[in-house]
Amino acid sequence: MPRLHSAAELEELRAGILSGRDPEMPCIAVCAGAGCHGLDSGRVVSAFEEEVGKLSLGAKVTIRATGCHGFCEKGPNVVISPGAICYFEVKPEDVPDIVAHTVKGEVLDRLVYTDPDTGQKAVHLGEVPFYKHQTRLLIGDNPRIDPMRIEDYLALGGYAALSKALFEMSPDQVIDEVKKANLRGRGGGGFPAGLKWETAKNAPGADKYVIVNGHEGEPGAFMDRALFTGNPHLVLEGLIIGAYAIGAHQGFIYTRHDSPQLIAHIERALAQAEEYGFLGENILGSGFNFRVELHFDVGIFVSGESSALMQSIEGNPPEPRSKYIRTSVSGIWDRPSNLNNVETWANVPQIISRGAEWYTSIGTERSKGTKLISLSGHIMNSGVAEVPMGTPLRTIVYDIGGGVPGGKAPRAVHLGGPMGGSIPERLIDTPLDFDELAALGAPIGAGGLLVMDDETDMVEVARYLLEFLTNESCGKCVPCREGMRQMLKILTNITKGKGKSDDIGRLEDLSDVTGVACLCALGKTAPDPLRSMLRYFRDEFEAQIASGTEAR
Amino acid sequence: MSEILLQIDGKAVKADEGKTILQAAQSENIFIPTLCHHKDLTPYGACRICLVEVEVRGRKNHVVSCLYPVARDLIVRTRSETVDKVRRMILEELLAHAPNSPELVHLAQEYGADKDRYERESSFCILCGLCVRYCAEIKQKNAVGFIERGARREIRFIPEIASTECWSCQECFSLCPTSAAQATYFLTEALAFPGKRKAPSDSA
Amino acid sequence: MRDDKIDQIIDQHRGMPGSLTRVLVEIQHENHWLPRGVLRRVAEALDVPFSRVMQIATVYKTFSLTPKGRHEVHVCTGMSCHLRGAAGLLDAVQRLIGIKPGETDAESRFSLETGSCLGTCSIGPEIIVDGTHHGRMTPAKAEDVLKHYR
Repeated sequence: MPRLHSAAELEELRAGILSGRDPEMPCIAVCAGAGCHGLDSGRVVSAFEEEVGKLSLGAKVTIRATGCHGFCEKGPNVVISPGAICYFEVKPEDVPDIVAHTVKGEVLDRLVYTDPDTGQKAVHLGEVPFYKHQTRLLIGDNPRIDPMRIEDYLALGGYAALSKALFEMSPDQVIDEVKKANLRGRGGGGFPAGLKWETAKNAPGADKYVIVNGHEGEPGAFMDRALFTGNPHLVLEGLIIGAYAIGAHQGFIYTRHDSPQLIAHIERALAQAEEYGFLGENILGSGFNFRVELHFDVGIFVSGESSALMQSIEGNPPEPRSKYIRTSVSGIWDRPSNLNNVETWANVPQIISRGAEWYTSIGTERSKGTKLISLSGHIMNSGVAEVPMGTPLRTIVYDIGGGVPGGKAPRAVHLGGPMGGSIPERLIDTPLDFDELAALGAPIGAGGLLVMDDETDMVEVARYLLEFLTNESCGKCVPCREGMRQMLKILTNITKGKGKSDDIGRLEDLSDVTGVACLCALGKTAPDPLRSMLRYFRDEFEAQIASGTEAR
Repeated sequence: MSEILLQIDGKAVKADEGKTILQAAQSENIFIPTLCHHKDLTPYGACRICLVEVEVRGRKNHVVSCLYPVARDLIVRTRSETVDKVRRMILEELLAHAPNSPELVHLAQEYGADKDRYERESSFCILCGLCVRYCAEIKQKNAVGFIERGARREIRFIPEIASTECWSCQECFSLCPTSAAQATYFLTEALAFPGKRKAPSDSA
Repeated sequence: MRDDKIDQIIDQHRGMPGSLTRVLVEIQHENHWLPRGVLRRVAEALDVPFSRVMQIATVYKTFSLTPKGRHEVHVCTGMSCHLRGAAGLLDAVQRLIGIKPGETDAESRFSLETGSCLGTCSIGPEIIVDGTHHGRMTPAKAEDVLKHYR
């Protein structure tokens, strides 16, 4: 494959790919994302390939192993196009029937979605309640892409945004567009990406870096992996556009080491992008050079913190540093380094293609675009959903999530993982918005939304989150290491029935100091889940302390 | 190098650009407590006891003075209700480990820190890192380092290096506020190379 | 034979201190644990203080300084799995194997680890053995799963 040397060559290639595809030919897309893979969807893929081979149907139907479709609870997931017919909980034994029906253009009734309350069936993706209420701008392409084939991404319009940025816009214009779009960081910070880019661009020094934070350490958050594993080129395209805007010629992808699929897909995407001319020297003949290195986290939550991550890339222990001098000015090897989350980068191509004005038409006044949400915990429909900012949590939990198994109202929902907070069910109409949720003490964080049923012990959840953090902090600074040590002791004693009357006061004191004095965001936000529990469920703490008995 | 004008505890202070608040304060004999700081070592920012309140353009923040650079019109307060509360709590958390450390006991009086606020902890190292950093930056031997993470973080001597370097040096022992450095060294020697310490008088 | 592979990994990154974490990851994947002698060779070849190698080798739970068992058992203790009963599952697994997280049993059959979050929250709580996911587990099912691993 000779490297592409112009925008025109890219479009020519794209036209060629499209003309070789018949949109009417049935395609069976089997989800090979993490959840479905864990339910053995690999065997389903093999069964399809075997069946199609056996019946010599290779010219009549395509089989495609894709990334995460989203509806993990009901996996293994299969989507048939054209028509977006959805089959759920597919087993290898179902494969001959599916193939037979698909070739005839018929629907296999027994595998379509059935509403557990009404018994109503939904055949097409747009009718399935889980998908119906979503706006799938980022993850919607996952069922249409084999992550190991760049042609699939190109067929959907991939890299047109990069081409537009390189040939029709100056770096400053790209930054302006991202600023106008008010793209805010999707990793938990919510900081305006355009401003960060501008700081890095204007920082002194010729060598600058851009980084994809694919660490995704927040427990209960799995949407970054779903997106990155399923559509690595989307993230990569955003990164290259950002590099162009900032003037960086070296990029780093920092991700988890424990998903062989994710690693394989990223490595393949990097290799194919280089082969086609989207990476390396003279990208698309524009004169812009950019290379990307892949680095791994080896299993500690704190290395998702941007300065710890940068230490790790340098080969040092993952210890954060004070941000009195921003990492966008002095980061990896003291050079300006712009770090953004996977989902943040993935938003960039559409902002360039469709414009900031279009982007700002989605969402609320200060939170624009869509957000990927990982729904889990005590919920009927767990999985990855994508909704516009401003969507009420009620829609996510009930309409998309199907509510709590058993039908009772949840006690609370938790956002932001160990750096976030819980809000009670009575606040479930709150819209998904950075600032509104932060004001309630339950910031969006990375987008993990954990639903907790009415039997959940909130004291125990607070204890659990603190224990998580004591294990995952680097241990360098005193208020984090020692503060959390003492808070965990107090909370553990409370759950064991050994609480004392001044415990809540002591916890609040420790929270105050830890929140002010810690070195990094992990320590500073460590008391926040507890703070939210005390704000909304204080009586539970008091009762547990007064009871003097071990919690159930 | 330009000179910066800032204010510390109501006093006008001049400092060279690039200096930290701690350096500026010390040059004016304004006392800010420290535990992990050493004038010959890179500032570490781990103990957090040098925390001060800063105000810049009307916005207040709390920062560690050993790392925060001086800035024009910066207003610094080395004592406040919040600063004092932070210092007291840090001292109490550390006193749980090392109730007899002279440095901690001395500061405890000033801030009303109660050594019995928390139950006694089993390790009397306060992880100030002075031994580790001194051995790395000044001696360049790296005989002692950190291991583990979070609440399990510890210092550990490397027997292969400690057995030939430490006995004739011992310079980190006097830096240690709790005697944990020397205790850890001796324990390492007893377990890993008993009877084999090398003094300058020993032949190679 | 394993030693050759380790030598290869170290040689590829000779003189590159920034590759420390990566080298340890590759050796851990290849050898399933990090012998002290190997760590000393890494320190020397990459020109990194041995104390830093030890720090990286102990900070991350993925690395093991002692030999692991034939089968690596992982019980996810992420937040969603926790809500769905991971604590009870972990108790059952600990009783069945007879070891705590971070340990290996006396016959070197199993090594046990906990940690979050593997991204498969929808099928939690789960046990992952040698990379294979066993989802929607209950304490009762744990014995059935583990007895297949010799």
